Amino acid sequence: MLGAQRGHVIDFDPSEEQQLIVETVRQFARNEVRARARECDEAAKLPAELLSEAHALGLVANGIEEKFGGGGARSALTGALVAEELAWGDLAIALAILSPSLEALPVQDFGSDAQKRRWLPGLVGERFRPGALALVEPHYGADPLRPTTRARRADGGYVLDGEKCLVPWLDGGEQVLVSATGESGPQLFMVSRQAKGLRATKARYMGIQALPTVELALEGVRVTADDALATGEQGLAQVVQRGRVAQGAMAVGVARTAYETARDYAKEREAFGAPIATKQAIAFKLADMSIEIDAARLLVWEAAWHLDTGRDAARAVALAHRQAQRVALEVSDGAVQVLGGHGYTREYLPELCLRNARGFTCFEGLSLV
Amino acid sequence: MTIDFELTKNARVAQAHYHEMAEQHMRPHSREYDDREHELPAPWVDWFWKEGRGGAKGTDLSAPGDGMVQVCVQAEELCWGDAGLYLRMPTAALGGSAVAAAGTPAQKEKFLTPFRGDGHPIWGAMAITEPQAGSDSAAIQTTADRDGDEYVLNGTKIFCTAGEGASQHEGGFVVVWATVDRSAGRGGIKAFVVPAKTPGMRLVGTEKKLGIRASDTATLVFEGCRVPAANLLGSAEVKKHDAKSTGDKGFKGAMATFDASRPIVAAMAVGVGRASLDFLREELTRQGVAIRYDVPASALGAVERDVIDMEAELQAARLLTWRAAALISRGRPNNLEASMAKAKAGLVVTRITQKAVELLGPAGYSKKLLVEKWMRDAKINDIYEGTQQINQLIVARRILDYSSSVLR
Repeated sequence: MLGAQRGHVIDFDPSEEQQLIVETVRQFARNEVRARARECDEAAKLPAELLSEAHALGLVANGIEEKFGGGGARSALTGALVAEELAWGDLAIALAILSPSLEALPVQDFGSDAQKRRWLPGLVGERFRPGALALVEPHYGADPLRPTTRARRADGGYVLDGEKCLVPWLDGGEQVLVSATGESGPQLFMVSRQAKGLRATKARYMGIQALPTVELALEGVRVTADDALATGEQGLAQVVQRGRVAQGAMAVGVARTAYETARDYAKEREAFGAPIATKQAIAFKLADMSIEIDAARLLVWEAAWHLDTGRDAARAVALAHRQAQRVALEVSDGAVQVLGGHGYTREYLPELCLRNARGFTCFEGLSLV
Repeated sequence: MTIDFELTKNARVAQAHYHEMAEQHMRPHSREYDDREHELPAPWVDWFWKEGRGGAKGTDLSAPGDGMVQVCVQAEELCWGDAGLYLRMPTAALGGSAVAAAGTPAQKEKFLTPFRGDGHPIWGAMAITEPQAGSDSAAIQTTADRDGDEYVLNGTKIFCTAGEGASQHEGGFVVVWATVDRSAGRGGIKAFVVPAKTPGMRLVGTEKKLGIRASDTATLVFEGCRVPAANLLGSAEVKKHDAKSTGDKGFKGAMATFDASRPIVAAMAVGVGRASLDFLREELTRQGVAIRYDVPASALGAVERDVIDMEAELQAARLLTWRAAALISRGRPNNLEASMAKAKAGLVVTRITQKAVELLGPAGYSKKLLVEKWMRDAKINDIYEGTQQINQLIVARRILDYSSSVLR
């Protein structure tokens, strides 16, 4: 009776396949990522073997076309589910693990066959090879949809000039996708790390300390016509939207870490002869956190669903992105508060969540779905 | 099973149908019956009874529906029209939900069939709250004493929505919560169907309220009010110990109706909030203010930022609501999710409607427009069917795995 008549029906359950992926990633996030979150943050370093192990799960490859070495199961929703789980483990490590998709997904979406053959197999091959996307610019009011980095046509190729920041720069990366505006609007260009005129300066931020990042200066950097991805304005807008959905999902993951830490602490910590979770002042705060996290997740899923079904996603993405980053910040702050003085120490995770959550307002394109 | 945010075709047909009803048959009466508080909005009631009850035309009954989600879509559209008139619709309402949830086939037949009949308009209602028992419904004092084949009810009920309609128009009924044994605590609390005009049930007044003024919020006094023993909903047995875990149909059964009603109330809330937000956006468009969803936060104007946040909050509430409803439709527990939706929606629409008044300035504050009314109407959603705080308490107990004796 179903089958023939089965049309759309409101449903908030991931598919069985997605649930399986979530389970796998959650286990990895708990055992491998979370376990090293603090030491990686303190040392501002990522163990290479962790990235290799994560890469073996095939999370990036899953969404890439089969003929270029992927699993052929592209889905922003699945991407959002994975991003939340990994970020629940640790945000910086999650961003590093998923970094190959920063190049792989735009290449898959906008690359020619030749470009896909050139770049995709390396990014989804057996060996982990990090990727990088440079969308964020350091000046006030920067707009990822309207980069001020210029692309000038010259000698059949392009010359790039401008500045970028918050660019992931993991060891072993060979190139970086840079957004720049040319005669025909904004576009993405693949730039070799060795390119003349490209200067990378190591950067440090309040959060995501384990993720190596740089500020990039581009002065007369030459790329060939083959290095330009035919994104156009629409394409770049889509890349930005996919970034915002990924950030939203990761913000939910960070919020969940903070909330769960606060919840578990409140059930253990006693004051005036009873666990503080038995006091309404604490219990209601935790209740609000759980409500906000669930609501933000549904908004993120809805935005991802818009992308997957080819709908105009601009509004849904904006709502999800704003809401999720606000919730991540408020929940992390609330968790620090629930733990009191302990929440302010680096013994517990909420302070790390708070430092990480604050960044979501500027993490454009730090991961993609 | 797969994540999908699109309503069924039937739900969309219903959405369009109820939106048209709201626009053409509710909005034109909004201001009038807000002003004429407590007066029966006869033209609306008659229209609804004659024409409005039929539901949407063009639904394909053989196609799958969204079940409770569709009910929520309907509630949102109608409360977008007018929340006060929605509550004044001649339907079995919450009384009907209680009968449907806990009644026998014979009780359902007897009490619910007249709502599909051709007679005059009738109402159903639920009477729980008492002067000394609000959120703590286990503390109710109204008594029901067995006397032969009858129960005799004594006590006072307040804040009974549609209580005037349900008690005064023959054919309708009020579901009254009363204790058959005070010493048994919540285990002694039972629900009784009291038909309209039953001797001993007296309407002593209606509340003057901040909003939803078209709705008759009644005080009912029961003095030696006799109903047949057959009007008891659920089991007569009193479980003195551990009523919580015995599947007792008295108190627990009645509380379970909240799991079904809270998503609907949350949807009603979303409807009022959307009325306000839709109007605000239209007004801003008229004033030449466009909302840009794709510019950096630093480039957003203050009003744009407010509107985007209001939209995000409203959509967050709507999705929580639909999630709670979808669970019911699939026969899955939704106690936590229903309270989450209700807590979020009540608060969100309270804030959205207040913000809309603020942003529209004196026009928003003026009775020339409905924006001020929507703000007054919205607030009730943060209070009835479990206040914000009661729903926080339910959520907190669930997420902390605490019983009501540990987290009080």
